[in-house]
Amino acid sequence: MEPNDRLSLDAWANPSSSCNGLPRKMSLENPSFTNFNLQQQEQKWDDTSILNYGIRIEPPPFHEFNQASESEYLLSSTCNNQPKVLDQEDGLNNEALQTSKSPDWDPRTMLNNLSFLEQKIHHLQDLVHLIVGRKGQALGGHDQLVTQQQQLITADLTSIIVQLISTAGSLLPSVKHKLSTGPPNGQLGELLFPPLAGMNCVPQPQHGSGSKSVQPQCVTGSKVSDQCNQMDVTVSFGTEQNLSIEEHEMKEEEDADEGENLPPGSYDILQLEKEEILAPHTHFCTICGKGFKRDANLRMHMRGHGDEYKTPAALAKPNKESSSEPVIIKRYSCPFAGCKRNKDHKKFQPLKTILCVKNHYKRTHCDKSYICSRCNTKKFSVMADLKTHEKHCGKDKWLCSCGTTFSRKDKLFGHIALFQGHTPAIPLEETKGPSVSCDKMDGNEASNKSGNINFSFGSNAGSGAQNIIEVKEDADDPASYFSPLSFDTCNFGGFHEFPRPTFDDSESSFSFLEAP
Amino acid sequence: MKTNKKTTSNCNPFDFLTEEIIFTILDYLNDDPFSKKSLSLTCKALYSIESHHRKTLKPLRAELLSRTLHSCFNLVEIDLSNGVELNDLAAAAIAEAKNLEKLWLSRCKLITDMGIGCVAVGCRKLRLICLKWCLKVSDLGLQLLALKCKEIRSLDLSYLQITEKCLPSILQLQHLEDLVLEGCLGIDDDALSTLQQSCKSLKTLNMSNCHNHSHVGLSSLIKGAENLRELTLAYGPAITEDLAKCLHTFSGLRLVKFDGCLVKCSGVRAIGRWPRSLKELSFSKCSGVEDDSLSFLVQAHKELTKLDITCCRKITYDSVDSITSSCRSLTSVGMESCSLVPKEAFILFGQRCELIEELDVTDTKIDDEGLKSISRCSKLSSLKLGICLNITDDGLKHIGSSCSKLKELDLYRSLGITDEGIAAVTFGCPELEIINIAYNDKITDSSLISLSRCSRLRVLEIRGCPHVSSKGLSSIAVGCRQLAVLDIKKCFNINDNAMLQLAQFSQNLKQINLSYCSVTDVGLLALTSMNRLQNITVLHLRGLTPNGLAAALLTCRGITKVKLHASFKPLLPKSLLDYIEAHGCVFHWRDKAFQVEMDPKGWKLHFGKSPEAP
Repeated sequence: MEPNDRLSLDAWANPSSSCNGLPRKMSLENPSFTNFNLQQQEQKWDDTSILNYGIRIEPPPFHEFNQASESEYLLSSTCNNQPKVLDQEDGLNNEALQTSKSPDWDPRTMLNNLSFLEQKIHHLQDLVHLIVGRKGQALGGHDQLVTQQQQLITADLTSIIVQLISTAGSLLPSVKHKLSTGPPNGQLGELLFPPLAGMNCVPQPQHGSGSKSVQPQCVTGSKVSDQCNQMDVTVSFGTEQNLSIEEHEMKEEEDADEGENLPPGSYDILQLEKEEILAPHTHFCTICGKGFKRDANLRMHMRGHGDEYKTPAALAKPNKESSSEPVIIKRYSCPFAGCKRNKDHKKFQPLKTILCVKNHYKRTHCDKSYICSRCNTKKFSVMADLKTHEKHCGKDKWLCSCGTTFSRKDKLFGHIALFQGHTPAIPLEETKGPSVSCDKMDGNEASNKSGNINFSFGSNAGSGAQNIIEVKEDADDPASYFSPLSFDTCNFGGFHEFPRPTFDDSESSFSFLEAP
Repeated sequence: MKTNKKTTSNCNPFDFLTEEIIFTILDYLNDDPFSKKSLSLTCKALYSIESHHRKTLKPLRAELLSRTLHSCFNLVEIDLSNGVELNDLAAAAIAEAKNLEKLWLSRCKLITDMGIGCVAVGCRKLRLICLKWCLKVSDLGLQLLALKCKEIRSLDLSYLQITEKCLPSILQLQHLEDLVLEGCLGIDDDALSTLQQSCKSLKTLNMSNCHNHSHVGLSSLIKGAENLRELTLAYGPAITEDLAKCLHTFSGLRLVKFDGCLVKCSGVRAIGRWPRSLKELSFSKCSGVEDDSLSFLVQAHKELTKLDITCCRKITYDSVDSITSSCRSLTSVGMESCSLVPKEAFILFGQRCELIEELDVTDTKIDDEGLKSISRCSKLSSLKLGICLNITDDGLKHIGSSCSKLKELDLYRSLGITDEGIAAVTFGCPELEIINIAYNDKITDSSLISLSRCSRLRVLEIRGCPHVSSKGLSSIAVGCRQLAVLDIKKCFNINDNAMLQLAQFSQNLKQINLSYCSVTDVGLLALTSMNRLQNITVLHLRGLTPNGLAAALLTCRGITKVKLHASFKPLLPKSLLDYIEAHGCVFHWRDKAFQVEMDPKGWKLHFGKSPEAP
């Protein structure tokens, strides 16, 4: 969505203008993976991969909520004749041509949708029964497990409600298929709460029964609950949601080539919300609510809930039976607006797998909260990156005068070739002389301020220099095995007092500190 | 008050002059390094002025390098050759010399890409850099060097472990004129044939000891180098007709060297068809060169000034005849071990090529008549007469009487020479710098006394002259203050007295071999107290004890190479050896048996062997 549009929407939607930031805060706290649970219940894990719980939510432009949502991909495999591929152009076109576009209305689809709704409502009933039972237990029980279960059940409920709404929305013949996307902020909030406010008939009782549990769901407590209330107000102006529920049984999808440069439109774009991306667990037990990272682990866990989960069918890896059908190429979009990996970007480059999405989002759009305990400098947002770094930390013996270290010599030389004034830094002996030229010290201060460096030269840099392995012992150096001559004689005694090389231009030297 | 007055009255007159004026004065002293040295040693002010003025530096000891570089910030040339103890920190110190234009780092084996990277970033004005035998420098460092130092004219990469990866960036140097790729075995035909770049400015290329390329790779490397003037392919590809044809188009070629290559007659003839005459040509150690093809070649290349046909053992009088008749402007001829050339042939040189300055006729049949003829070459500066058994004092007297410019004379195992001949040479050739009279039992102290007249003498080899004694060597020490290299091996009569004299007077001595002499601990200790001594060979010294040797080694601060008998190794404490090695000294342990006789290989019988290197 264009920024202007967004602004006007905000102005129109919420004169108090508080809605813009709130959904963001809110959504940070809300893990919402309820769709998956739903699917599990329905399909007994027909889906193989964690990809299948993906939902895409498209925040709406100016439209009323009551014609808002539709499901792009229905769980019941009958949505074939609906356009499924959403790409950038489509989104733009839709935005432009909303009113003029005539929806294709199919009675069969409607029938399917209705049966789907019926199923959903049954599930909803079951869940409410379950809650009632749990609450009875919870009176006697005390521990947090109960509240957790409540949260999860409530989340399930919310999800089911959302699906109900979306499916119901698709029943209306006048509904648009999809709309352009907007900033991802608050999408989840919009997903969760509009139904509560807008579709009174169905969700209201749920809201009532689940109102207690909505609050704990927002972990931070009362403040967030205020936001929730506000949220209800702000989003109840109606948003049109484009909810896409991943469906693996879709047919008649054209075969796209497997190459790296998929032409736009040859693949499905899925966009997970950032709460999903950041959630620690993506597979939840429908009975006790325990979360798992892997589907297989959940299946193992499920055995403990009864013999019906021990059947080979229940334990089998789901969805191998559909292998005969053409595989739909799925690509992923980052929910961060403006990101090159976001599907609205002009040069959109899709992400290949859900893991790519997770890593990309964490690396690019999240704080780097993991700090290397060895060097206390390098920060990472992905734990695996930290572990990879820790394996090499301290072994980055190739360092530049700007303080950047490299594990490979060619990388260092590439860096030096690129930047004026940078020069290879020769590690000093650990017993250093006291003399360090003044300008060098200034340089160190400057570089330390920028927060990018912990290596410094001179007498005050003992710990930094200790990490450096001496270059002459380098086993990677081809010369060491090329040469028939020995290099064992060496005198470092005279060079302790060498001043460090200075830079021609301090500004240019340190303006590149952000470089890798 | 008094002291104040004194300082004002003793005020340094140089204080009234600006630095520029003093620099101009110092510029006039450039020819005489010793007077500048004296000046700088006078006082601190002059020392600092001299160090600021100093443009070139060739330090003896690496540990002083940093301080020196600090005061001499105007350095333009630094020669750190053989700095085996120099490491990357030293290179980083060199990088401080921002105005540096010429840098020699040959055999600095500890310097890696990191150090070269520092130099590349720091010394952007570099025009010449020699990285010969810097074995730890690889493609990466060179790529950076070529990227940062765009002014490079001359690049010596001999014996580096480099591959074709660095060549594209090197060939893109706009001003590169001189490229030495000697012994770069990583560069082969496949690598060269993929080169896209060409270096138009290239004038000199040396690809000696590169065995892995043929004319195909060579032509790829030099394509576009229209100005190529000099090409050295020693110990490289076979000199075939194809190779000669691929060089045919380079009409600017003035010098080619094919030392030690497999030479085909067709190749030599094809060179004879090149459009323009060469100035310098070397077929040294090319056994395939024959009379016919060589005669054909020299008739086309009439402008030849330097010709090296060392060890072309098949050539005879005919070749010398055609060489001397067509190449009248020859200045340098090397024909060592051309054993089929008769003594009459050497007369032709004096008759036809009077411009000759350097003549190497080692191990040939030249006789006194030949020397008499050659003495007509009044510009002669270097004459090598080693193992010429037909020459006597008479011939040498002719040389002494007319060749006053002679600087180098080699009389190795020329057994017909006596004190008389040496005296004649020293009278007539006062500029003599290098003389070798090794293995001559007719030479006595009187030769050395007459040699002490040559005040410029730098290199003296009197190895195996049993009749010289400390007396003669002492007079050399007093007279020849610039003596740097001295070989007195097997001069049994030389003892500590001569060493004490050398230690006192010959402060420029860098290298000495005193094996088999009668020198004891005392003499060795006196010697090693000399500042500049770097290289010492001490084998079979009867009077040497382990303690004396240890003391001598400890006093010798600038030493870089010591050759010792292996029997000393267990007698010296390992910690001492480690300490000295840590100061940049390399020990060579030899286990040769003691040999008394002078001519174990029967040189007097002259089997036509080439002499061992002095």
